Amino acid sequence: MGNEAAAFGAIHAGVNLVAGYPGTPSTEILETVAKNNDGSIHVEWSVNEKAAMEVAAGAAYSGARVLVTMKQVGLNVAADPLMSLAYVGVRGGMVVVAADDPGPISSQTEQDTRTFAMFSKLPVFDPSDPQEAYQMMKDAFELSEKIHSPVLFRPTTRVCHGCASIEVSDHYEKNSVPGFEKDTMRWVIFPRTSFLNHKKIEERNPKLGEELSSYRYNQVVKKKGKKGIAAGGVSYAYLMEALTQIKENGTVDKNETGNKIETETKNVTGNENVIGNKNGVPAGEPSIFRVGTPFPFPEKAALEFLNGLDEVLCFEELDPVIERALIYTAGKYHLPVTIHGKHDGYVAAAGENSPESVLSDLAAFLNLDLPEKEKLPEKPELPIRPPVLCAGCPHRASFYAVKQAMKGKKAVFCGDIGCYTLGNAAPLDMVDTCLCMGADVTIAQGMKVVDPDVTAFSFIGDSTFFASGITGVVNAVYNHNDIVLIVLDNSTTAMTGHQPHPGTGLTMMEFFQKKKEGIREDVANKVSIEKILRGIGLSFVETVDPFDQKKAIETVKRAAEETGVRAIIFKAPCIALEKPKDLYQVDADQCKSCRKCINEIGCPAISMKEGRAFIEKSLCYGCSLCESVCPFDAIHEEGGQA
Amino acid sequence: MTKNILLCGVGGQGTVKASRIIALSAMEEGRNVRTAETIGMAQRGGCVVSHVRISDQAIYSPLIPKGKADLLIAFEPGEAVRCIDYLKENGVIIVNRKAVTPVTASLSGSSYDGSDAASYLTEHFPNVRLIDGDRVSEQCGSDKVLNIALLAGAAASGELGISVEGLKDAIRKQLPEKTHAMNMKAVDIVTKGA
Repeated sequence: MGNEAAAFGAIHAGVNLVAGYPGTPSTEILETVAKNNDGSIHVEWSVNEKAAMEVAAGAAYSGARVLVTMKQVGLNVAADPLMSLAYVGVRGGMVVVAADDPGPISSQTEQDTRTFAMFSKLPVFDPSDPQEAYQMMKDAFELSEKIHSPVLFRPTTRVCHGCASIEVSDHYEKNSVPGFEKDTMRWVIFPRTSFLNHKKIEERNPKLGEELSSYRYNQVVKKKGKKGIAAGGVSYAYLMEALTQIKENGTVDKNETGNKIETETKNVTGNENVIGNKNGVPAGEPSIFRVGTPFPFPEKAALEFLNGLDEVLCFEELDPVIERALIYTAGKYHLPVTIHGKHDGYVAAAGENSPESVLSDLAAFLNLDLPEKEKLPEKPELPIRPPVLCAGCPHRASFYAVKQAMKGKKAVFCGDIGCYTLGNAAPLDMVDTCLCMGADVTIAQGMKVVDPDVTAFSFIGDSTFFASGITGVVNAVYNHNDIVLIVLDNSTTAMTGHQPHPGTGLTMMEFFQKKKEGIREDVANKVSIEKILRGIGLSFVETVDPFDQKKAIETVKRAAEETGVRAIIFKAPCIALEKPKDLYQVDADQCKSCRKCINEIGCPAISMKEGRAFIEKSLCYGCSLCESVCPFDAIHEEGGQA
Repeated sequence: MTKNILLCGVGGQGTVKASRIIALSAMEEGRNVRTAETIGMAQRGGCVVSHVRISDQAIYSPLIPKGKADLLIAFEPGEAVRCIDYLKENGVIIVNRKAVTPVTASLSGSSYDGSDAASYLTEHFPNVRLIDGDRVSEQCGSDKVLNIALLAGAAASGELGISVEGLKDAIRKQLPEKTHAMNMKAVDIVTKGA
């Protein structure tokens, strides 16, 4: 996996400390370091990305090599320390991974870390496959140490979650940490020093761009044609795929659809292969510019590429970073070349690229005919299959209890980022808003202030509570704001693959140790959510098992009646960490086909079969929620009928 | 020669594990491998697709271009139909007969049971093998054998690039020992009808 490759790159570069916060598609980088740690590397899931960045900065000030990992939106959280770090710099190598998610496949935004690199004036590496992820990680450490600055590293989902055979070196670097040396002028940020550092950075970056022009992953392949293609990241891989298809087959798809495109492989206009267009006129093979370090832009290499070209097409996901840099370069040097890409609608402005999209855009650009796709017979209707809360998920029971308690009352349900965002789907329909980590707590306050009749609920997970929920609760208490806080505590960071957090009491290093030893026991140093809430000054804090529906509903009703900040902690473990309990089944004779179990809780294990409700054994976890919902007492534990 | 294998199904069915087994086996033979997997939000209950590409030459794209998959291994009949655009002409389809009914279908009262999808495949495509995943699971005493049952069907078709024996080897090397017996049984049921 690309994430594993990046992790090995860091280990082989002698990394001393790795800190991060889980987030798809970045999570496996830190986990891989933790799994392959010989004990010499400090690995931690920090409480959030800002904390991770600062812990790492402290270590890097002291001469350690450090890696920070997060997803792209995590970089927003860590932006404050990073923007200043760009001015202050570091002593040991510091690489900041922010994994981007074109699509987006599992993120809130399609923001581009390359743009963030320009904004923060930090160099950025953009690998196009796992092998490069490994190599570039080592290069990033080297560059960081050379220029005494943090360096960004931004893989995208298809690089992070793609596997490939890669070559790794046998040589492991080891870095001994000298420790912090006091130097106020260097480590204390002041307006005056920032002005001086800003000047240095602006002088450094163009020079760096020139040096990076000869970097092996910034590559210009000149051909005699008048057209050129620039690409970066995984789009470069799609481009190479498309070019291979065109070259190898003579046509895009000669064997399957008949020869529509004439491709000559003999010398026509020089010593090169020529791709013909639909008019039979040789277009000439396009020149290629692949960009591995989009910032500082390798301008010298770009000039070499642009020289003599009439038209260029850019393939990249998210922002048109390469495209803009090429337009800038062409303008700066008065080059008579037209740059196509996202700005003129030549390629899609949003979403992921694919081998098909790149092939068809490339064919249009090179004036080639694509063979017509054979039409498949019309497909039968397929069900929509959005991701859902698992069968047995305690969040379903929590949402259902709140829904029952607030039936017929004016209430708003502010949600957050995590598995429980899926509570928005029918039939639960219990997430009215979701913005970013921690925002449920504060958005609920704003709504209540301007709409006093509403009961404002905020739903937050345990890991999210620690990451960014606490300040919102303090804000509510301080400003006398009125909310019901529901903490959905499943004792893990579930959505990203079950990472430990402060409430679990296990650090990342202990977590793997315990896993190896097969120990799953309660630990002493858990940070208690209940104690935090009481410490902030809440008097209504109750912890309830959401599967005890009667008590859960009654508690929500009482909380709704009160004023101020009230908190209910629904505590039940994530089913992925628990063995299934006794399974439930429907007594077909008792079932009156009222569909209440289906229409109210939306459990994926329950469907209708032969006119009766039916529980799929392989999916049931024995949570008991359906039993408490059934009005006809038709659902029982397997073999547990009285 | 590049061998393109697309695996699809519903989150939680074991598609990622199956694609890893194929990829690792091919890597052990010293071949180039590229994969792309769905991990994250679609983990449970959503549509998941894994791309596996194996070649002796360089492979660029981790995603299989549409119309280029030699083999489609589908853990669910509806998902096979959803991904059918990836299959090349006369490509091989190995598909689990059993449907997974999504909550959306139960809620709308739709009668989705996968039978339309299965007959669409058998009617319009020449190389389809339906595997009765439920029956294999029952005989092996666990529904965790589904991915191996489908891989066994794929191996027997000759399109997987791994022989039936090779698959058994991979089970021994890559899966926990306590699961070996049931997985071997699943392979035998699918390949020998035992």
